[in-house]
Amino acid sequence: MGNVKKYFDEIECAPIEVMKWTQSNKLRKMVKAAYENVPFYKDLFDKHGVKPEDIETIDDIAKLPFTYKQDLRDNYPFGLFAVPKDKLVRIHASSGTTGKQTVVGYTQGDVDAWSIGVARMLTSIGITKDDYAHISYGYGLFTGGLGLHYGAEMLGATAIPVSSGNTQRQIQIMQDFGSDFLCCTPSYAMLIGETIKDLGVDPKSLKLRAGVFGAEPWTEGMRKQIEELLDIKAYDIYGLSEIAGPGVAGECEYQCGMHVQEDFFYPEIIDPDTGEVLPDGEYGELVFTCIGKEALPLVRYRTRDICKLDRTPCKCGRTTVRMAKPKGRSDDMLIIRGVNVFPSQIEYVLLQLGFSANYLIIVDRENSLDRMTVKVEMTESMFTDTVKGIEALENSIAAKMLSVLGVSTKIKIVEPKSLPRSEGKANRVVDNRVLVD
Amino acid sequence: MFIKQLSIFVENKPGRLAEITETLAAAQIDIRAISVADTTDFGILRLIVNKPDAACEALKAAGLTVTLTSVIAVGIDDVPGAFSVALRLLADADIGVEYMYAFISRDEGKAFVILRVDDEKSAVEVLEKGGIVSIPSEKIYNM
Repeated sequence: MGNVKKYFDEIECAPIEVMKWTQSNKLRKMVKAAYENVPFYKDLFDKHGVKPEDIETIDDIAKLPFTYKQDLRDNYPFGLFAVPKDKLVRIHASSGTTGKQTVVGYTQGDVDAWSIGVARMLTSIGITKDDYAHISYGYGLFTGGLGLHYGAEMLGATAIPVSSGNTQRQIQIMQDFGSDFLCCTPSYAMLIGETIKDLGVDPKSLKLRAGVFGAEPWTEGMRKQIEELLDIKAYDIYGLSEIAGPGVAGECEYQCGMHVQEDFFYPEIIDPDTGEVLPDGEYGELVFTCIGKEALPLVRYRTRDICKLDRTPCKCGRTTVRMAKPKGRSDDMLIIRGVNVFPSQIEYVLLQLGFSANYLIIVDRENSLDRMTVKVEMTESMFTDTVKGIEALENSIAAKMLSVLGVSTKIKIVEPKSLPRSEGKANRVVDNRVLVD
Repeated sequence: MFIKQLSIFVENKPGRLAEITETLAAAQIDIRAISVADTTDFGILRLIVNKPDAACEALKAAGLTVTLTSVIAVGIDDVPGAFSVALRLLADADIGVEYMYAFISRDEGKAFVILRVDDEKSAVEVLEKGGIVSIPSEKIYNM
């Protein structure tokens, strides 16, 4: 056994003045870089009447304007990057509306900061460099797989990049390699757990002792089920690609909120309607400023997650602020099997294919996996007189949805004018999942 | 020669067929033959009526998705093996049958079969050469 560290970094336990001093230094540097190197931010700050010199301490942050997801789309793909190409070492992306992805870039420093955030979180739940990390998040443009991978390596643990899918092989690897902890979406953890049960494998025979689960909403009920099925302790982790990826925040062994790596990612809670900063403990929209980021220095990025912050002391000794599990969204984004889906993307596909903008999205969770059905109204010109013609039509819409959304949907064609119409904002989503406690 | 069949997209929900037939009744449409192709989620109701164009308008006015499809009708003697002769003729000419349905005619000893084929013109020729006569549309509408 190596020397077991209780904390990965000293700053996690720093007195508030030290943390604020660090944050203030980083914010000043980051705001200056954004203003000087990103034309979008120069215009935005000028329009807002704020100069980099106006920002002296972290408490001045509320003087700065917000950044929205739309700004990333408008500057697709690299328009908000603040460094030249030779400084970039990584690109990630997440699906966005109208087929355009939200693209994020990283310098070596950014990848390191992100990995340190993940390593701190892993350390806080008792993971050490002697452990095998079984990483079943998807690898690729999605930040899940590589985020946990580099974090585990930063800690000195051994990353097993299994990626998602092929559940029986996952279990085989857990048995043969002796995986110590599992990283994946909570719904995939459930599936692995249920498969273990179906195969008649005793979860106690596995070395697995912890799981780090995120990228989609899950409840305390699901946590208990996962813990029973896999005989592990399940921990919540939070992140979004725009800010870095998984590891922006995560639970410690005491599980009383997620410690935010606030020397890299500074959180605020605001009133989503007025933009006013709200006091700790009040629910509002979570906003992040990437004070430690070089490649994509987002200023007060609106996450749309509804959340609250807690600065009361944590039993673990860390002084970093803790965020609650988000209890909803201030927009209409859905998270389907870990993939962000906006109703506007579905509308875009339907309009492109010649259907009406009247549709209904129904989301269910069957056997712990999300299933999305889109009801679409039949049009006269699309109607063919044979069953196979209509089924082919449904399949062709489903294929287009898959390519734009990155997640499969079942298409159900219904009679014209049979879907609910409403005045003003139509409710096009029926989400039957239980996502919050 | 070809018969205009109404094809209607119907979701599987109780009362839908009653509503459609009531719409036709209100428009004074007489139904000659009826068939339903169904799946778990939806069905296609196929109708032969006395006034297909008027029926189509009435159904569209009622907000239904309806299309007119061209089909052929043949008269088959009501004896064992008679229909197989017709199908063999089509098969040998490589003409595919999409679907079909039959009803007993008022003509003594004949059944009418409605056929949706991938090439109506060739189908009629092939059948006639084999001695099977297709029924003119007017006769079906005014049965």
